[in-house]
Amino acid sequence: MTVLLEAVGVGKRFGGVQALKDVSLTIHAGEIYGLIGPNGAGKTTFFNVLTGLYVRDAGELRLAGRPLNLASPHEVAKAGIARTFQNIRLFGNMTACENVMVGRHVRTQAGVVGAVLRTAATRAEEAAIRRAAEELLHYVGIGHCAGTIARHLSYGDQRRLEIARALATEPKLLALDEPAAGMNATETAALRSLIDGLRADGLTVLLIEHDVKLVMGLCDRVAVLDDGEKIAEDVPAAVQANPKVIEAYLGASHA
Amino acid sequence: MALIGCALVIAPLAVGAGLGNAWVRVLDFAALYIMLALGLNIVVGFAGLLDLGYIAFYAVGAYLYALLASPHFGLHWPAWAILPLGAAVAGLFGVLLGAPTLRLRGDYLAIVTLGFGEIIRIFLNNLNAPINITNGPKGIAGIDAIAVFGHRLSKPIDIGGFTVSGATLYYYLFVALALAIVFVCVRLQDSRIGRAWVAIREDEVAAKACGIDTRNVKLLAFAMGASFGGVAGGLFAGFQEFVSPESFGLMESIMVLCMVVLGGMGHIPGVILGGLMLTVLPEAFRHGAGPVQQALFGKVLLDPEALRMLLFGLALIAVMLYRPAGLWPESRHRREMAE
Ligand SMILES: Nc1ncnc2c1ncn2[C@@H]1O[C@H](COP(=O)(O)OP(=O)(O)OP(=O)(O)O)[C@@H](O)[C@H]1O
Ligand SMILES: [Mg+2]
Repeated sequence: MTVLLEAVGVGKRFGGVQALKDVSLTIHAGEIYGLIGPNGAGKTTFFNVLTGLYVRDAGELRLAGRPLNLASPHEVAKAGIARTFQNIRLFGNMTACENVMVGRHVRTQAGVVGAVLRTAATRAEEAAIRRAAEELLHYVGIGHCAGTIARHLSYGDQRRLEIARALATEPKLLALDEPAAGMNATETAALRSLIDGLRADGLTVLLIEHDVKLVMGLCDRVAVLDDGEKIAEDVPAAVQANPKVIEAYLGASHA
Repeated sequence: MALIGCALVIAPLAVGAGLGNAWVRVLDFAALYIMLALGLNIVVGFAGLLDLGYIAFYAVGAYLYALLASPHFGLHWPAWAILPLGAAVAGLFGVLLGAPTLRLRGDYLAIVTLGFGEIIRIFLNNLNAPINITNGPKGIAGIDAIAVFGHRLSKPIDIGGFTVSGATLYYYLFVALALAIVFVCVRLQDSRIGRAWVAIREDEVAAKACGIDTRNVKLLAFAMGASFGGVAGGLFAGFQEFVSPESFGLMESIMVLCMVVLGGMGHIPGVILGGLMLTVLPEAFRHGAGPVQQALFGKVLLDPEALRMLLFGLALIAVMLYRPAGLWPESRHRREMAE
């Protein structure tokens, strides 16, 4: 198995809070890797460090062997990591289609001159951007909403749109931050088959999720964060039975 | 389209014949302000960066023209050489303003840009010693009129016994350039760059995560917006044949911002409407308020100038209350506000 993402000793501190402490993990190409842990464990902070929104204090990150040296977010996106946000961050006043078209930005190049003169190359690129966006909307199951203003979409569709936008950057690794949060059972089931489909299409997924059933059903391996530290990493069944994990979730008094 | 074209061609002739040449000059200014409003719209409307010092770029363009085509330094460059240079130099100033403010948003950005605008004006006011560059508060006079194909636009021409005034000639030049700027804006809005600007306005963090180099894309917005201001400034200097720092005060920046906001931020037709209305209506008021009061009350009760500002303020408040997205917003915004 080839290693896609390697984190070694990653640390991040906010004032007095050590949000990440010496976190190391390896994600293999083609797997769905779960990242779970109680509230405030540092899961989102790990995503933010990974995608360059926060600068880490310590540690190394490597994507497909190449180091991500304190890269800025757009460079991380270019390197091949795309993400969604725990509290959905769409371009609210743009249409669903335009949201996904923005995702193509990093893989296209038309500049001011091309846009103003509308050269043949620019027109071809623009058409390709639109086609790719429409295909992705269909892929995540909201093809009929292409012209809808993003903020008018239902909650579940907004989550799907965010995934489509992330996919538009042609990522090697797709990082999803609680994609099922706030979804009803039907929406969650649809999301599950969507993520399953991503794996079938060869994508590697890093998944933060509180929904235990979803994590246990989808993930090949799971890491558990507690208080900024990785306390377990294994196949889902083993993690579920791990006493340290049970203690972290239920609190020390139950141990 | 053809209808709008005809209206644009006939407008100065009809206005000149009906209301006099002073009104054609008002239309000239309307075209200049529309260029400014379209430039500011790129920064404020598209990219969502509140800029309160925009008039500084107008000043840069105007003074560049004044210095390169007046007896002040004895230089007499042709307009076709100065105007592109003005666009480039103003664009550079746009980057100079943009670079240190990249991390700022909203109110903080507004305050820094406001300061920038004032600094430029103060420089223009004081750069007359030890070396006299700008001639200080007295301004620069005797600027060369803009010449097209060797003809100075300030001089009227005769076409088969029919005289076309200088103001009308300027009108055609300004409208042609304003249309060119509209064209550039429309093309940019509907492009990869335009989408990136709007994405930054909507959510900067998400834009970064989508792979947009927000630094470069923001600087591009500042530079593009500023370059339009620079062109308009050069035209202003050639048209007035005189520039002084007092034309470039904070009030002017706010006026241009009002055109963008009242018209409909980010919506090109709305911004054009805003520019046109805020140039023509106050002027109509200035001329109309005195005689109307005379007719109604037999004497002028309120100074038209004071009344004009009062009504302008009231109009602003009314629009913000009843049409918060502007007079002619994008249809998607309108839907938004209706809900
Ligand atoms: N920008 C920040 N500034 C200061 N503290 C922060 C910041 N971001 C996160 N933290 C702190 O870091 C710790 C980890 O937060 P994080 O958001 O990573 O948790 P999480 O595992 O994603 O939790 P949840 O399941 O609730 O989303 C928390 O104590 C949080 O208060
Ligand atoms: Mg979180």
